[in-house]
Amino acid sequence: MAYHFDFSWIPDYSGVILKGLAITVELTVVGGLVGLTLGTFCAWGRALGPNWLKPIVGAYVELIRNTPFMIQLFFIFFGLPSIGVHMNELLAANIAMVINLGAYSAEIIRAGIQATPRGQFEAGASLAMSPIQTFRHVILFPSLQRIWPALSSQVIIVMLGSAVVSQIAAEDLTFASNFIQSRTFRAFEAYLLTTVVYLALAVLLRAAMRGIGVIIFPRRRRA
Amino acid sequence: MSDFSTWDILRNLLLAARWTVVLSLVSFIGGGLLGTLLLFMRIGKVSAARAFARYYVELFQGTPLLMQLFLAFFGLGLFGVDVPAWLAAGLALVCWSAAFLMEIWRGCVDAVAKGQWEASASLGMGYLQQMRHIILPQAIRIAVPPTVGFSVQVVKGTALTSIIGFVELSKAGTIVTNATFQPFTVYGFVALIYFALCWPLSKSAQVLERKLNVAHRNH
Amino acid sequence: MSLIEITEVRKAFGDNEVLKGINLDVQPGEVIAIIGKSGSGKSTLLRCINGLETINAGSIAVAGAQLLPDELHLRALRLKVGMIFQQFNLFPHLTVGGNVMVSQTVVKKTGKAEAETMARKMLDRVGLGHKFDAYPDELSGGQQQRVAIARALAMEPIALLCDEITSALDPELVQEVLAVVRELAAEGMTLIMVTHEMKFARDVCSRVVFMHQGRVHEIGPPEEVFSNPQTAELKQFLGML
Repeated sequence: MAYHFDFSWIPDYSGVILKGLAITVELTVVGGLVGLTLGTFCAWGRALGPNWLKPIVGAYVELIRNTPFMIQLFFIFFGLPSIGVHMNELLAANIAMVINLGAYSAEIIRAGIQATPRGQFEAGASLAMSPIQTFRHVILFPSLQRIWPALSSQVIIVMLGSAVVSQIAAEDLTFASNFIQSRTFRAFEAYLLTTVVYLALAVLLRAAMRGIGVIIFPRRRRA
Repeated sequence: MSDFSTWDILRNLLLAARWTVVLSLVSFIGGGLLGTLLLFMRIGKVSAARAFARYYVELFQGTPLLMQLFLAFFGLGLFGVDVPAWLAAGLALVCWSAAFLMEIWRGCVDAVAKGQWEASASLGMGYLQQMRHIILPQAIRIAVPPTVGFSVQVVKGTALTSIIGFVELSKAGTIVTNATFQPFTVYGFVALIYFALCWPLSKSAQVLERKLNVAHRNH
Repeated sequence: MSLIEITEVRKAFGDNEVLKGINLDVQPGEVIAIIGKSGSGKSTLLRCINGLETINAGSIAVAGAQLLPDELHLRALRLKVGMIFQQFNLFPHLTVGGNVMVSQTVVKKTGKAEAETMARKMLDRVGLGHKFDAYPDELSGGQQQRVAIARALAMEPIALLCDEITSALDPELVQEVLAVVRELAAEGMTLIMVTHEMKFARDVCSRVVFMHQGRVHEIGPPEEVFSNPQTAELKQFLGML
């Protein structure tokens, strides 16, 4: 193969790449924080919530988990304006990330809640805690700790999935590589570089999730 | 502009959905074969093969499927002039599925209790005999539900191939939207067709998992 | 000649030395009970004899053949010495008959018909011939353990290692398993068993080994060990019971 790799364009486009990286990180952080909050609420709703809430949460979770992220994104960005809901591409991307991670993490966290030994609920009740108090103070943290590795993997999957937001012209890392290849005609190199950056992000994110786990579950042994 | 009836929209989408199904099947079966090969490398005794399989998974699980598609598309392009989208799509999806399936199956092999290894060893079985007669038959049983569950990810993953120009359900959605200017209806239908493909798979994975748990409770 | 010769065996897990130079010779037909507190190294010793743990120093020989940690020697050893586990470890995907047949057909390449005849014979011997087609999860713990014994016997070992084989059983199921072991002992099978059943050890065993902190602390015929313990540790151990 007589192909010459050419990465000489990197200095000229480093600004574009960094900006794309910033957007991808922003999407991941916001999607992660808000998405996991939403997921925790939904997990509670589906496992322990009032009966009217369970089917609603169930439908949301099933709908999101059984359709592609890209279609969810297109529906929000292209579909919703026709019923009068307009938003810019970055907000649409953020909302899609939150909704997606919310549904996946709801299922994971629910599994953690349902693995709680019955005695924990009974112990909470016997100490005169309300069900909500028992959930908040007794059930939630051990449940999260139990499924933290799975949750971490899901956050990484959602981060990698965010590459698709380039398709609605949100200017993330993938958008940057599309932009570069259209200017330099160095498609393979552009995508190779971006792929390496994503891989590094994934490794860092895994380490970060482990670190967060150590901080929010200090010295708690598995229950 | 809108001489497309709702039925026209739906018919066009359903026709394109055939290609989603075909690509999903090819990716899942191809990924399964490659994944099996990788699994044996990963749990085998050759340390170079073990390391290869480990880095393979790290690479394919640590980068976006979209990038893998781009690299397959433009990377194959380095060899020849014209790369058909279906080839790049199939190749990337097979490699991607293989990584996830291998990791799922490795977990199942690990889940077979240590006592099973010890008991079969104490009866004089060698490594391959243990694998063939004791460990794999048990691992395969527990592997069925998560494997079926992963097929949902494959179906959804095929949506990304529209970005490199493979015409399947998602691409058809974009094309029909451009023709009808009814994105809400069109993407709504696209989502529903995906749901109709994926939900039965998700549900059967759940049912299989529940059955397996019931069967295991007697131990 | 001794059937099993254990010489200066040492075994450590990381910094933790569990066996600190064990010497023990077992004659053909002997029934040895190993007793001691948990953590004294009794189970580890048994697992070393079957090659499930690799020893760090010393030697183990069975019927004159050295135990070396390569697959060929391990298999040769395991064909001579069977092992029964605390948790039964039956293969859940095979029937009772399949459990007893699989190692014969796979390891010894015995024909199917012959293996089945042997399996039925061994299952009859532990009183479970009628359970040939049942699956392990349809049996009680005591029955499962008896199948595990039949499975080991089908390989026609010259000695059996029993690692706390009644510890995971409900009290009312202990006797049916011990009865099978008692019968094996009466037939002259060489047995090494780690056990907490002191009465059984006193009745059936030819020698009792008391292990303490990774060493053989006292050894002798049961009447001596139980009636006239020499060391404070053994007195305390027996008094604790």
